[in-house]
Formats: sequence, C-alpha cells, structure tokens
Amino acid sequence: MNLALSDEQVFLREAARGALSRFKTLEAARKALDGKADALPDLWPTACEAGWPGLLIGEEHGGAGLDAFDAMLVLGECGRVIAPIQLLGHLPATAVLEASSTAPMLEELATGEKRAAFLPVCPPGDVHGGWSVDPREGMTRGDAPTVDGSGKLSGTLAFVPDAPGADLLVGVALQDGKPVGVAVEAGAGGVQVEAVTRYDATRSLGHVTLTGAQATVLDASEEALAAAWHLAQALVAAESIGSVETALDVSVAYAKERFTFGRAIGSYQAVKHSLTEVLRQMENGRSLLYYAGWARGGAPGEFPLAASAARSVAGQALDTAARTMISVHGGIGATWEHDAPLYFRRAQLSRRLLGGTAGATDRVAGELIAQADAA
Amino acid sequence: MDLDDTPEQAAYRAQVRSWLQEHKSEAPILDGPDAIRDEDEIIAARRAWQGKLAEAGLAGLTWPKEFGGQGLGPIDQVICNQEIARAKVPGILDAIGVGMLGPTIIAHGTDEQKSRYLAPLLHGDEVWCQLFSEPAAGSDLAAVQTRARQQEDGSWKLSGQKVWTTNAQFAAYGLLLARTDADVPKHKGLTMFIVPMDAPGVTVRGLRQISGEAEFNEVFFDDVELDEGAVVGGVGNGWGTALTTLMFERVTIGLGSEGLGYNSTRFAAAIAADETARRDPEVRHKLGEIAAELLAVRFTGYRTLTALQKGQIPGPEAGLAKVTIVNGAIKAGDLIADVLGPDALAEDSQWAYMISFLPGLKSAGGTEEILRNTIGERVLGLPPEPRLDKGIPFSELRSKEGAAA
Repeated sequence: MNLALSDEQVFLREAARGALSRFKTLEAARKALDGKADALPDLWPTACEAGWPGLLIGEEHGGAGLDAFDAMLVLGECGRVIAPIQLLGHLPATAVLEASSTAPMLEELATGEKRAAFLPVCPPGDVHGGWSVDPREGMTRGDAPTVDGSGKLSGTLAFVPDAPGADLLVGVALQDGKPVGVAVEAGAGGVQVEAVTRYDATRSLGHVTLTGAQATVLDASEEALAAAWHLAQALVAAESIGSVETALDVSVAYAKERFTFGRAIGSYQAVKHSLTEVLRQMENGRSLLYYAGWARGGAPGEFPLAASAARSVAGQALDTAARTMISVHGGIGATWEHDAPLYFRRAQLSRRLLGGTAGATDRVAGELIAQADAA
Repeated sequence: MDLDDTPEQAAYRAQVRSWLQEHKSEAPILDGPDAIRDEDEIIAARRAWQGKLAEAGLAGLTWPKEFGGQGLGPIDQVICNQEIARAKVPGILDAIGVGMLGPTIIAHGTDEQKSRYLAPLLHGDEVWCQLFSEPAAGSDLAAVQTRARQQEDGSWKLSGQKVWTTNAQFAAYGLLLARTDADVPKHKGLTMFIVPMDAPGVTVRGLRQISGEAEFNEVFFDDVELDEGAVVGGVGNGWGTALTTLMFERVTIGLGSEGLGYNSTRFAAAIAADETARRDPEVRHKLGEIAAELLAVRFTGYRTLTALQKGQIPGPEAGLAKVTIVNGAIKAGDLIADVLGPDALAEDSQWAYMISFLPGLKSAGGTEEILRNTIGERVLGLPPEPRLDKGIPFSELRSKEGAAA
C-alpha cells in the first residue's frame, strides 16, 4: 500500500509550480475578459521546455512515457493559477495516438513542435446507448462523427478544448457503426475550426466541423478510445482541484486577517464550517484523483468509474470553493478587481464542458449499476 | 503508487488467512437461518471467539508483546480486519477495550493494573466499557460532573451518571472520567478510574434509541466505593489520560469505518434492483453524488494508511471522512426509501434500521459541528471562538453559565 507521491512526482509538481509562477496568469485572465485577447501569455514554450506535451508519449517517440497521474499533477498546478495552457486538449489526443501503431506526428507532438486537440466523443453509457458528442446547445446529445472506408471524416463537435490553433485533431468516429480512432490535420480540406469564448477567457474552445476531411484511421482499441474520454475527465478533475486549493488558501488567509465585532471572521463557526466544507470536498476530490491515477494502470476496468467520480466530486468542489471564496470576502469578493470571480468563472464553464459534471455523476451511477448487475 | 502488499505484508496476510480458514468453523454464526438468537448466548459465544483470536495473535496485534500483543503496526491491523471480513466471521467482541481502553492502560496504568487487567481484557474474559460521556458533557467532555471524593483512608466514593455506554450491560470493568477537584479550572480537576461494574451502587439501564433497540446504556453511580489502586495516570491527570483514549478512538474509527457497511456497492445494488429507478435521471444523479463521495472515503482511508505506514499519526482531518460517510449514508437511506416506498421502513428492513441509526451517529465520537471546529482550527489554522470557561474554577463556571443564559 503506497499512495504517496514518488520523489520524481514531487519534483514534477514543484517544477510545474515554479515554471508557472513566472507568469501573471490571473492578471492576464482579467484583462482577457476585458477583450484584450493578447493579454494571455503564451505558455506553450514553457510547456515544451518542461516536456509536458510528451508526458504520455513513449520514450521511443521522444516522450517521457509517464502515467495519467503524472499528467494530472501538472494539470493541478495549471488549475492553481488558471493557466491558459493547451494540455487538456493535447494530452488525451496523445493518449489515443500512443495506443495506435499507425500514429502520425508523434515525435513532433512529443516535443510540442506540433500541438494536438482531442475531439471529445463520449463512449456509450447504459442510458445513452451509443458514442455521442456534446451539443452546441440544449440537452440532446449529438451523433459521433463518421468515417468512410477511404478515411473521409464528417461530423460536428461543439466546444472542443484547445482546438483553435491545433495542428492535429484526434478522436473517435464510427466506421460502419464501429468506433475507430481518427487523426486529421487541422489544415486539411474539409476541416473548419471556429474559435469560441464563453465566460472564462483562459479557456480556448472551438466548434469543429468536418466535411469529408481526409483522416488517418487509427488501430487503437475500443477500450483505448473510451479511456481517452475518461482521461480527459480525470484531467479536468485534477485541474479543478488545483483551483480549489488556491481558492481555499486565499479564503482562509482572509478569514484570519479580516475582523468584525472585534474578532477575526474565521473564528465564527458559520465561516469556519463553510471553509471546512471546502476542505472536505477538496480532500474527497484529491482521494478520487489517487483512485483514478491508480486505476488507469492498476485496474483499467475501474478507470471509467474512478475518473467519473473524480470529475463529479471535483466539479462540485470547485463550485463550492468559488462561491465560498466570494462569500468569505464579502462584497469585495464579488468585484471585478478581485481574483474570486476568475475562479468562479472557471468553475462555471468547466462544469459544462466535456459532457459536464452532471454527465460524469450519471456515469458513476451507471458504472455501479453495471457492477451490481454483474455481481 | 500501488495498493499492493509488501512481501512482508503478503506473508502476514497469508498467515492470517490460513488460520481463519482452518478455524472459521469454530466462529459463532450471527446471521442467517442457523444464527444464535439468545442475547446471552451470543455474548458468550463472541467472548469465546475473541479468546481464540487472541490465542492466535489476531486480537490486539498492535499491543506490545509483553502485554500479549504482537507488536505489529496499523497496516497489519487493517490486513487482519480485511481477512476477518473476507472469511465472513465476527471480529472481536470488545473492540473498544482492545482498541482504546487497553492501550490507555498500557500508556498510563501502573504495573499492578497492567498485570491484573490486560490479559483478561484481550482474551474477552473481562469485557470493558468506556465511561466518559454524560448527559451534560458530550462534545465538551471536560465538563463531566460525575464526582469522586477521596476518603480519609485514601479510598474514593463515586457519584454521578454516564450515558451512551456501549457494552455496559455485560462489562466487567469500565474506564471512568470523574471530577476530583471542582475548585480548579475544568481540565485540571479530572481523574481517570477503573470501576468494577458489579460494585454496589452501580446501576446499568438500557437506553432505547429511534430503532427501538437499546445499543447503548445509561450507567448510574450511587456512592460507589473504589480503592486507591483504581486511579489510572495519577490524580488530577484525567484529561491527559482521556486524550490518549480519544487518540486511539480516532485510529480505531479511522481503520474500521468501512466495517459500518455504508458503501457505494451496497447502495447501488438497492437502486439497480428497481427497473424504473435505475433509469431515472434524478435517482441516478443522487446515487452518483452519494457514491462518488463514499468511494472517495475509501481512498482517503488508503491515504491514511500510507501515512501510518510512514510512521505519521493521523490528524483530525480523518474526522472529515466520518462526516462524509454519515451524511452520505443519510442521503442514501432517503433515496432508497423514496425508491422502495414504505416497505423500506418495515420494522425488519435493513434500511429502516440504517435510517434510524444514522441521526444518532451524526453526534457519535464528537458532533459534526465540533469536528468542523476542530478541523477548522487544527488543519486550516483558523482562530478559535472566544470561550467563557478558560482559567475559571469549575465550581464557578456553572453560575457563570447561568448568568450568560
């Protein structure tokens, strides 16, 4: 039994914290909301220098050959400072390619010379029977893209993380009704990426339209294709818990220094208990990150459950943490100048991406019901 | 990162498993058609089984060898608990004595006390109970009013009332926190005693709860005489001695919380059995939220074990797991009753029992509010609330409280 971080993992986390601390990411996030899109720092060179683009790519292709949990540690650091970095799109894409024998561009993707984005296609659950995509609006899930025998790829995907500016789009399409991995160059004919921003300017999103674009069909297994979706869930969870850490730290510090009626506000049970609630949800989320990180390699059959549970709890934790951050700070927490609204905006948008926190919560139930049926 | 046993742990697990395999036919049967029904017979059978486990080194295995233990660590205790659960046999009867009270005597008792009490405790020959909580002293334990007065010959006379006492109805001894000096601040005037439960003046009364069952007792003391040798840890040192017990209580609860049976697998199975519920988005959402948090607690437990394995002591944050489990189980009971309807509340239903038990469990081992205070202060470093009781003799505190009311 050992759930402690290894020395290498502690180093990876500390190095990420150090590298990101050189940028004023929160200030930039606020300016970007004011319409100054160029205010956001380009963190991709920093990511390349640190070797993050190749975290999940094997050493034989120039990557680091590390595990999901290592990638989650890096995403946690990104979440702490709301860093606008394109790993959420890139890393699950590389996981699909790594599981294929015919993957294009791996070396360039490992160094970060090229950047990939994951086309999020959700594997079947027991209520929704097929592979599906997030709709542009409403609750009706869309059909997965399709690819024909000659590799012509068609379909639409909404709110794809990090799609704008990506060199390669990697995901899942149905070929004669069966899921296969697909990779398509963003510059190929029939590929259209429309950049969209919603509420949190640090999150780069794109609507992707594919009309007979020439794609490479990959030989990744169906399990590997589903696992990429769940990996994305685990990465969002890790990133969210990182944001919760900062929100809690800042709130606790303020509760110790702000006085009312002659006492620090943190001495009042009402404030103390709400901060303890954030801690409780954060610790639960962190425990589930360990579960997901362990299950990815140690119990792949449980990875969908573990990643979905992590996403569910972490999404709720970030919502609670951001709201508590605002309320502990009183009126000032709801002003434009404060950092709290940045975490609140991050929470609001994150909870609606990649199938949504609610989708992950439903999958927790679905996985457990399936386990009960099998028992 | 792994959940695997080390080679030493695997060897220990194999040793425990093979003993249980060989001896499980000797264990008392508590469930199913062949279960023992008579309460006294159950207790007798479980005491005998505890004796066998102790003989085999499977009880009190974290105790030092000189007191009958194995000198093993908390991880070995967890392995042993897991194997006992896997073999579907009962564990020891006196988990409170072996897990909390025996270790307190080992830490603070005299040589005479250790040689007289520890071996019969470990073997189940003498069951113990914990006499701490009172009607007016729960979360604020140092407010106990049960009074012990020393007589001229050095003996003590004890009067007062304790409550929420598990196993008191068949216990041979109790470890009791009493006030011995009311003229000093409340934490200072306390002393810990060993009380024979068959002494004249001790009355045990069952305390029925919401379910109708009496799992706890009230215990009354009416001029009970104790000799000088009954004091544990020195006169006036009762608070420090009690903190030792409470530390072991946290460890016991932390390592045993999965044993309560409040887990995602059990709750999901109840929902899965209903064709409509298992497809209902609202039911699924509630189940998903409850189950995700309960799964988290399992891995919080593994994190605690990792810390213990490295020689660190679990802090008060382990208390957050209890908050999650209790509130998760309350929500699960509510959801399952919504799905099953009034039959979930039938007297013999496992869910009725759970639903009845949980409101009280919310306060057991420290109320949720006190846990959140403690964790807010010790883990997050938030300042404590101002207190009325600091530095004031206990005898004056009551009138001060009266004036404030």
